[in-house]
Amino acid sequence: MGDELFQAMAQSVIDGEVEEAQRLAREALEQGIDPLEAINKGFVVGVNYVGDQYAAGEMFLPDLVLAGEAMKAAVGVLEPELARRGTEREMLGTVVIGTIEGDIHDIGKTLVATMLSTAGFKVYDLGVDVPVPTFVEKAREVGADIVGVSALLTTTMVKQRDVVEALDDAGLRPRVKVIVGGAPVTQGWADEIGADGYSEDAIGAVALAKRLVGAE
Amino acid sequence: MVRRIKSISDPRISLNILSPEDVQRIHTATLDIIESVGVRFPSHKALDIWEAHGATVDRDTMVVKAPGHLIEEALKKAPPVYTLAARDPEQDLPLDGNHVYVGTDGCGVQVIDLETGELRRSRLQDVAEIARVADYVEEIAFHWTPVSAQDCPPHTRSLHEIRVIWENSTKHVQTESIYSEEEARAAVEMAAVIAGGKEELRKRPVLSIMQCTTPPLGQDGGSLEAALVAAEAGLPVGFMTMTSCASTAPATLAGNLVVGNAEVISALALIQLAHPGAPVFYAAAQTAMDLRTGGYTGGGPEDFLFGGATNVLADFYNVPLSMGSFATGAKEPNWQAGVDNSLSTLMACISMSDMLLGVGLLHGSRIWSYEQMLMDCEIFDIVYHMMKGIVVNDETLALDVIRAVGPGGNFLAQKHTKKHMRELWVPQFMDRRPYSEWEKKRDGPRDWAREKARKILATHEPEPLDPKVSAELKRIIASLEK
Ligand code: B1M
Repeated sequence: MGDELFQAMAQSVIDGEVEEAQRLAREALEQGIDPLEAINKGFVVGVNYVGDQYAAGEMFLPDLVLAGEAMKAAVGVLEPELARRGTEREMLGTVVIGTIEGDIHDIGKTLVATMLSTAGFKVYDLGVDVPVPTFVEKAREVGADIVGVSALLTTTMVKQRDVVEALDDAGLRPRVKVIVGGAPVTQGWADEIGADGYSEDAIGAVALAKRLVGAE
Repeated sequence: MVRRIKSISDPRISLNILSPEDVQRIHTATLDIIESVGVRFPSHKALDIWEAHGATVDRDTMVVKAPGHLIEEALKKAPPVYTLAARDPEQDLPLDGNHVYVGTDGCGVQVIDLETGELRRSRLQDVAEIARVADYVEEIAFHWTPVSAQDCPPHTRSLHEIRVIWENSTKHVQTESIYSEEEARAAVEMAAVIAGGKEELRKRPVLSIMQCTTPPLGQDGGSLEAALVAAEAGLPVGFMTMTSCASTAPATLAGNLVVGNAEVISALALIQLAHPGAPVFYAAAQTAMDLRTGGYTGGGPEDFLFGGATNVLADFYNVPLSMGSFATGAKEPNWQAGVDNSLSTLMACISMSDMLLGVGLLHGSRIWSYEQMLMDCEIFDIVYHMMKGIVVNDETLALDVIRAVGPGGNFLAQKHTKKHMRELWVPQFMDRRPYSEWEKKRDGPRDWAREKARKILATHEPEPLDPKVSAELKRIIASLEK
């Protein structure tokens, strides 16, 4: 009974039940259900529901984050089978993100990373206090479409410019787009340093990233 | 001309927020966490100190696990009472548990321009001008670096900032924008110039340093090393936790207190292990994450409760407290700013937090507003008057006067009234005019606060800093800029 299983999958994401989502993913594999179908008809439906409820003010950020975790866990279970069938899940794009060197503010950057990942981007989160060359190396290594640089200090924000320039020097731009954000950052600053986009919050960052990869 | 400082003392109202058993449970839970989970100290210098005192140190993760008795014994070495010295000794601030002092908020990134009203990036001149206004205002007892001097080089910015504050004010300076060893060394050197030598500085610390912890359960390496340098020189050092329910701490308030407490007392213990008897303070600005945006709220019932509760913890450890109050999330001086800043300040004052930070910033400590600064001072003034409570004695019961006036009549012409009327509060900015007058002018508190700030800036001349001292400060900074 695929439909009931799909519903349970969606529900496990809505409830943010990581183990339950994994169990259902394994069950789908045992039943020989196409893993891509399990994702699209099951888990993604849950993610979308939570997204809508969040937008309506009925659900909150922890709901969203837990839903993302459950989704990620389920996909983790399904991945080997996806790879075996050669039906990799289509991602919107690849993002390398981190908080710039000298800066340890974590929460905003992590929120943006989580939202991007939930929205369907492949995200590499480099953490905090990330040196400029690390952004460039990782972007090259994973073939990033977007490099996201978070900075919350006026003293570290100046290094966002260095990332833009280093990606230029490495010949990765303009193919790789740079997006910036964080408390002291403004659209004016983003323009000044030649970044490709700025967003004041995580929701805006998702819309921005989608626009930059032509997904919207 | 010495400008008086208004501080709360001899409070007549009190708060019952955490019972002794509650505090003991929070303390026990905190020691459990420090011992079993540990706190991250990403500095080899700090790890060496911990290791030398028998704590368990993991060099890879930089997590320190310290037994409870080590923390407790270290904290016992912290002096319970000391003084924040000012350029002008008449403005010294004894942190003796019987005073509440207010400072400016700090590290704003934008300023609402006093002349044009336009929102723009902060610069060095703003730091100087805000310091000048703060020097004048009696509700402000000491300075934080109010906004960042973004027109100065990042690695010496914090030093230019304290230099211009000293040039514009005789009050104590506390910096929260120095978080590297190199800057801390230069700052100590500068403070010694102001105090008249290294030994004088130890006796009269004209500078104190506030660092942030890194929730959950972490410290910042640069901050630790800067704090160690400052403590060695005898400057008072504090660590502030900004644990946020649901993001960097449990969603529950007690759990938040435990996480933040573990960060602060482990940092203070480290300082005591390195420099026994060094003056330290507890600092906190806990909050609850905004459930919709993840944002730092800077207001709301949770913040107000933390404001009331934290001094109970600091008292338990017998060290002064610097408490985050004001700090509204409002975008402009409005209803939200009034509610946030009044309630947070009231709660922190009732529990006699030693230092309150601070006046003037909007939008979660990001936008400086002179209007907000002065209206915040008026909020403090209201609380100041409330804290005097209701005095009951023969004179205040005033039976003779009541008899003299009798039923009907009024008290306007009584000597007793004239004698006591100045104890009643008179606002600077509250609008108590007749409606018709308001209707004609349509102005109000913000306009009057702005006018007052302009007037202070145009007329107030702070006691100048000796040009030789000033030149010496500049030389120290320049030596780092080569
Ligand atoms: C790639 O594309 C994008 C796109 C959008 C992006 C993006 C990237 N990154 C962020 N966004 C955007 O989307 C996110 C989600 O909506 C948003 O992210 P935010 O991070 O803005 O929002 C989060 C969801 C919630 N917001 C936050 O978490 C930040 C809140 C405030 C209050 C803040 C906090 C909490 C902290 N701090 Co700090 N802190 C402040 C902040 C003031 C403020 N109101 O912003 C700020 C940023 N801090 C400041 C300072 C000075 C400092 N802090 C420090 C430390 C800390 C804590 C560790 C205590 C803590 C962070 C805890 C943690 N684990 O992350 C120190 C820094 C040490 C260092 N080397 O980094 C220290 C230097 C203090 C000290 N003396 O130690 C100020 C910077 C001012 C300046 N002039 O530069 C500050 C404005 C507060 C202030 N006025 O003092 C958007 O900005």
